[in-house]
Amino acid sequence: MSNHNHPLSPHLQIYRLPLTALLSIAHRITGVILAFGILVLVWVLTAAAHSAGYYAMLAAHLQAWYGQIFLIGFLFSLYLHFCNGIRHLFWDVGYGFELDTVDLTAKLAIVMAVVLTVATWIIGGS
Amino acid sequence: MNDLRTPLARVKGLGSARDGTSHFWHQRLTALLLVPLTLWIGFCIAALPVEYEALVSWVRQPLVTVALVLLVIAVFYHAQLGLQVVIEDYISSHARRTVVLLLSNLLCLFFGTVGVVSVLKIAFGA
Repeated sequence: MSNHNHPLSPHLQIYRLPLTALLSIAHRITGVILAFGILVLVWVLTAAAHSAGYYAMLAAHLQAWYGQIFLIGFLFSLYLHFCNGIRHLFWDVGYGFELDTVDLTAKLAIVMAVVLTVATWIIGGS
Repeated sequence: MNDLRTPLARVKGLGSARDGTSHFWHQRLTALLLVPLTLWIGFCIAALPVEYEALVSWVRQPLVTVALVLLVIAVFYHAQLGLQVVIEDYISSHARRTVVLLLSNLLCLFFGTVGVVSVLKIAFGA
């Protein structure tokens, strides 16, 4: 077993992950981010259910720079998870496994996530 | 009865295929339900004025109330299923994994309920 000439699988820190692998771990990370992020949205609902004053206080925080950073981050995570999730749904029914298709839909998911985030932000700003 | 499992495996109750696919299936069902709901909430939040009165009158529209309750339930169920996979993958100690899973499930149930009650409280008065 001490044959050192056999091919080794490259170490994670050396191996350049393909786009699909990066999106796969990003799907997980954004999923966890969203699980915590929705707590803030529930907080908004709770605040509005509580009183106008409490809601206004929370809304002011969300409109401050840190609130805006949170919202943009949340929206982008949401849309990336959303777009990549749709890829998963297609895979689940057996479509899109060809390597070039996988690569194309990966790029499409990232572009669409950015487009949706910007579009939401523009509508929100107007 | 022809059971291929050992008595120990039977006692532990793991490995039965009876509802082995239900986790996978429910994750996909909630994902499908969340596709339209995500697009809807994303653009609604963006277009929504942040004033308290505007938010309350929006939540009070019957269809919006229904959609919001559905959204909160689907989101927290989807999150619970997703977090469960992440926890099972990364926590190898059986005792710790069980505790964290229990906590995660209970917190999802709790915050989901808080979300639903908040929506209903806004919708039906106060």
